[in-house]
Amino acid sequence: MDPILETKDLCCTYSIGTPFEHVALDHVNFQAYPGEYLGIIGHTGSGKSTLIQHLNGLLKPTGGQVLLHGKDIWADSKTTRQTRFKVGLVFQYPEYQLFEETVYKDIAFGPKNMKLDQDEIDRRVHQAAYFVGLTDDMLDKSPFELSGGQKRRVAIAGVIAMEPEVLILDEPTAGLDPQGREAILGNIQAFHDARNATIIVVSHSMEDMARLADRIVVINDGKIPLEGTPRQVFAQGDQLRDMGLNTPQLTQVFHRLREMGLPVDDSVYTMEEAKAALLALYRKGGQVC
Amino acid sequence: MLKDITLGQYFPGDSLVHRLDPRTKLICVVLYIVALFTAKGFLAYGLVFLLLATAVKVSGVGAKALLRGMRPVLFILIFTGILNLFYTTTGTVLVKVGFLQITTGGLANAFFMVVRIMMLISGTFLMTYTTSPISLTDGLEMLLNPLKKLKVPVHDLAMMMSIALRFIPTLIEETDKIMSAQKARGADFESGSVIDKAKAMVPLMVPLFVSAFRRADELATAMECRCYHGGEGRTRLHQLHYTRNDWLVMGLFGVLVAAMFVLRRFSSF
Ligand SMILES: Nc1ncnc2c1ncn2[C@@H]1O[C@H](COP(=O)(O)OP(=O)(O)O)[C@@H](O)[C@H]1O
Ligand SMILES: [Mg+2]
Repeated sequence: MDPILETKDLCCTYSIGTPFEHVALDHVNFQAYPGEYLGIIGHTGSGKSTLIQHLNGLLKPTGGQVLLHGKDIWADSKTTRQTRFKVGLVFQYPEYQLFEETVYKDIAFGPKNMKLDQDEIDRRVHQAAYFVGLTDDMLDKSPFELSGGQKRRVAIAGVIAMEPEVLILDEPTAGLDPQGREAILGNIQAFHDARNATIIVVSHSMEDMARLADRIVVINDGKIPLEGTPRQVFAQGDQLRDMGLNTPQLTQVFHRLREMGLPVDDSVYTMEEAKAALLALYRKGGQVC
Repeated sequence: MLKDITLGQYFPGDSLVHRLDPRTKLICVVLYIVALFTAKGFLAYGLVFLLLATAVKVSGVGAKALLRGMRPVLFILIFTGILNLFYTTTGTVLVKVGFLQITTGGLANAFFMVVRIMMLISGTFLMTYTTSPISLTDGLEMLLNPLKKLKVPVHDLAMMMSIALRFIPTLIEETDKIMSAQKARGADFESGSVIDKAKAMVPLMVPLFVSAFRRADELATAMECRCYHGGEGRTRLHQLHYTRNDWLVMGLFGVLVAAMFVLRRFSSF
């Protein structure tokens, strides 16, 4: 299958020619396939946010290319602008970008910039609000009256309303309580299922990525040293730890069990697998130390 | 990008110039300016230039960065040069076209004026390049301390200045971020008429003001939580101390100013 979005030898250097020069991306070859749920993990400062800002043309590459459906998004200025609508990007802490008098108007900002007609805008605003679980009476409120979690959902709805083919979210659950996190992740999943859209999520939670992502890309120091299914990635526990990352807690438990000499598979990362593995071990009567 | 604005930008480093007390640097810049405006003749300018060149070399800032700072005033430089070139009528006439004439005196005047402005800018830029804004305001506060006797709120002014300076990069970064976020939703800040551009600023300015007020509020609370109540009885974590180097450098600039006055009187070179 051809990737929907990919980068070819993408390089990014910040502040070229000053003492602050910094290479943030170094010949990155990244692919996202249609309809997949892709997780991006990496520690702070590894270049995750820089990479995703290249994917919708907010940052211009200092080297290499970004291709959407195989076409360079920087080919001409019209293509670049269209890319912004086809690849929706939700920034980290997006609640700080709200500015309109009402929630409705704020969500409508993107569709309006797409020059859609009034009926279509109205339909999209209601649909986006529905996806993120905002009730109709909230649409007439000022976004500044809402709680932090609600503001963030409004901001996400503002991007969803553009109905992008690829939805990218930068640490969408940062700073939320567990309930808020679950709600947001559920909203994203709902959008993914309903539209069959490609989802790219930057996250620090290995548990969330293990549970939700079809594929994981690891970024370290501006490069992609590791990518694959959650199982393939989490099987490389040592390599991940070297990069300052962790495996999900369940995988860590099985890793320890294996180190203690029990015959278990240490690439386990879901609860069901863990249960099956432990029961199998128990039936075999493997001795516990 | 907005980040590339180099107005009073600080290049961290650990050279002799960086390590000087900020008060020393402020005093030296004042002395330097006095010297520059007293200087007359090649020898005098040569001496001032020698000192500047040494300071630049020691600081490790690089002449390129200094020259880059000169770009915004390029027009003024050219303008001053041309005015001086044609409006001075002393010395012998070299070229004469119609009512315009270039004399040896005009040539010299234009040269010295342009060099003076360039050296003035380089000198002050060297100070801001090698001194962090915070220590600069610290130094300023200490130097202006005597004004407290006249009930000038020196501490409060200095505190306001350092907070403002501290938040400039934060606000620039925030502006960049909000701009990107709105661009991701299709906002267009570049094209269109003047009115369109002004309208396009709303999605940028509203979040920016909201966050600036939030930050100010948080900062005020955080300062009160740490019992800040103005300058009275407040001690400092980083005490400013003059070292031997500071005295030496100040002495050097003092000698420079004296030399300028002497040269002005006795040398015709
Ligand atoms: N606008 C910028 N100017 C200069 N350096 C930057 C800028 N944005 C990010 N960086 C640097 O690039 C590196 C990668 O940053 P980023 O992509 O934000 O990392 P992450 O999102 O993985 O935490 C960091 O070292 C950061 O300091
Ligand atoms: Mg980031």
